[in-house]
Amino acid sequence: MRIVVASGKGGTGKTTVATSLAQVAAERDAVHFLDCDVETPDAALFLHPSLDVHREVGIRVPRVDPQACNACGTCAEICRFNAIAVVGETTLVFDDLCHGCGSCTWMCPEQAITEHLFVTGTIDSGTTPDGIAFARGLMNVGQAMGMPILRELKKRTPSPMPRSSGAPRRALEIRDAPPGASCPVVETMRGADFVLFVTEPTPFGLHDLKQVVAIAHDLGIPAGVVINRDGIGDDAVGAYCAEHDLPILLRIPMDRRIAEAIAGGRTLVEAAVDYRPKFRDLLEQILAEATV
Amino acid sequence: MKQLVILSGKGGTGKTSVTAAFAHLASLGPFAAQVILADADVDAANLELVLRPEPLDIEPFRGGPVAVIDDDRCVQCGDCESVCRFDAIVETDAGWAVDPIACEGCAACVHQCPTESIAMQEQTVGEYIYSDSCYGPLHHAHLYPGQESSGKLVTQVRQRASRQAIDEQRRLVLIDGPPGIGCPVIAAVSGADLALLVTEPTVAGIHDLRRALQTLQHFGVPALVCINKADVYPVGAREVEAYCRANRIDGVGRIPFDPAVPGAMVAGEAVTAYRPDAPASLALSDVWERVVAVLSVAAAGPRDDCDDQRRHA
Repeated sequence: MRIVVASGKGGTGKTTVATSLAQVAAERDAVHFLDCDVETPDAALFLHPSLDVHREVGIRVPRVDPQACNACGTCAEICRFNAIAVVGETTLVFDDLCHGCGSCTWMCPEQAITEHLFVTGTIDSGTTPDGIAFARGLMNVGQAMGMPILRELKKRTPSPMPRSSGAPRRALEIRDAPPGASCPVVETMRGADFVLFVTEPTPFGLHDLKQVVAIAHDLGIPAGVVINRDGIGDDAVGAYCAEHDLPILLRIPMDRRIAEAIAGGRTLVEAAVDYRPKFRDLLEQILAEATV
Repeated sequence: MKQLVILSGKGGTGKTSVTAAFAHLASLGPFAAQVILADADVDAANLELVLRPEPLDIEPFRGGPVAVIDDDRCVQCGDCESVCRFDAIVETDAGWAVDPIACEGCAACVHQCPTESIAMQEQTVGEYIYSDSCYGPLHHAHLYPGQESSGKLVTQVRQRASRQAIDEQRRLVLIDGPPGIGCPVIAAVSGADLALLVTEPTVAGIHDLRRALQTLQHFGVPALVCINKADVYPVGAREVEAYCRANRIDGVGRIPFDPAVPGAMVAGEAVTAYRPDAPASLALSDVWERVVAVLSVAAAGPRDDCDDQRRHA
């Protein structure tokens, strides 16, 4: 079971909800947590994983063997990203522009191109004190493309979880999505069984919620909504959800005590234990909605 | 002409509320009728919800081309699927098809297809909008949900905004930036004169502020920092200020948590117009004054002198 926590608008509480959901789920289930916000991943600040495994990832960029290259220019011609130029007898590659598609490698008539990894980020993984198997993608500063890192992160094969005695544990994967509504959000949602939207009851929250609801709808993934900081704005979000058959699974009222604890790096269910049963209910509702 | 971009790293720290307040404050002082506005957050464009723009011109935005398979010619060999590194060739009941969202536009499949059944086609992935708003001309855009090329659309918005500023000899382009540090952020900051980072004093806000500052440094854009909702976690606010001092970045003020801010959002107004005497509005006025002071110093700085000399030469 794969659950994505997304929002559209940033700062609505995706990571707050995803980390608390993971902690509560880990009481009974085998939980894998993927922080898919490779530009600004913050979940580790709350779940405190050991992060002892680091793997460099990136894209495969061409390397031209000057001995074999006859500067015919085929590679420069077919490259759609202007990442190769032939100047005189020299073929130049601009790694920053390359998308790693491999076209030049396959099309070179002299087979003068090999590929090497151009590192754009790392996949960091480890286990949290709650026994959650954690992984995040971390894009290097100055890079533009997070998608290759995100794709690698999703491919990460879950490490076997320690089994507790008693009932067999359910395997849950929780993905914390990036903000916005462009391709990385689609990639995070792809292959998921349920999307949990965290929004705030303001015109900004609603406007951006509509964008990501459209994506989940296109991908055919069932969805539900958490309204965070309930009470700060209006109830247009509630009306929208009712109109579009989006179940509101939890409302978290604006509470300064919670805001202060989260500011300091505690999860919602650590800061306010009365939310533990609410998050357990939330999880069971998600599992029920996802299997309808 | 100066370009000021509002950024944050972490989303939801208050970029758009600050931008809207600046647009309002600018309309009252020496910057009246001197500002062009640009919303560079094209996949969650919210500035329009506050500035109530009157669209004057809407243009479709074409993203990069994506592959399209001609079913009549396709012999179902699957070569395209085997060369695609972006998992964009998917098997359907009707045969192989391209997922246009996953397609990177590299044309690797086009080159490999033995029956020449694949062509690249441009797609409309959003729209660019030029509007008149209550605080001046606004350049903004909507990227359709799930599309890529947001960096290109951001670049278009910025180019149109700065061109208008130059044509009309306006002094400031005020840019509402996107969250994160990747492609759209790079498009939003490259060539800007100054960035104001709006952060919140939380562990996540500080973590992402650092990444945003490193990104700005990488692209050579000077930065100022203001702390929003500063009183929610004073320990964090002090940590932000210490970090800025250690890195020689000027802090330009603290904005308190204030229910007037979401109130203004619901009312569809800049908070400084909605409740001019609210604590957040007063703090924002101070922040604006300090930002203007830095922009003015920058305007009289050596770089412009050189430009002037070149122009006179």
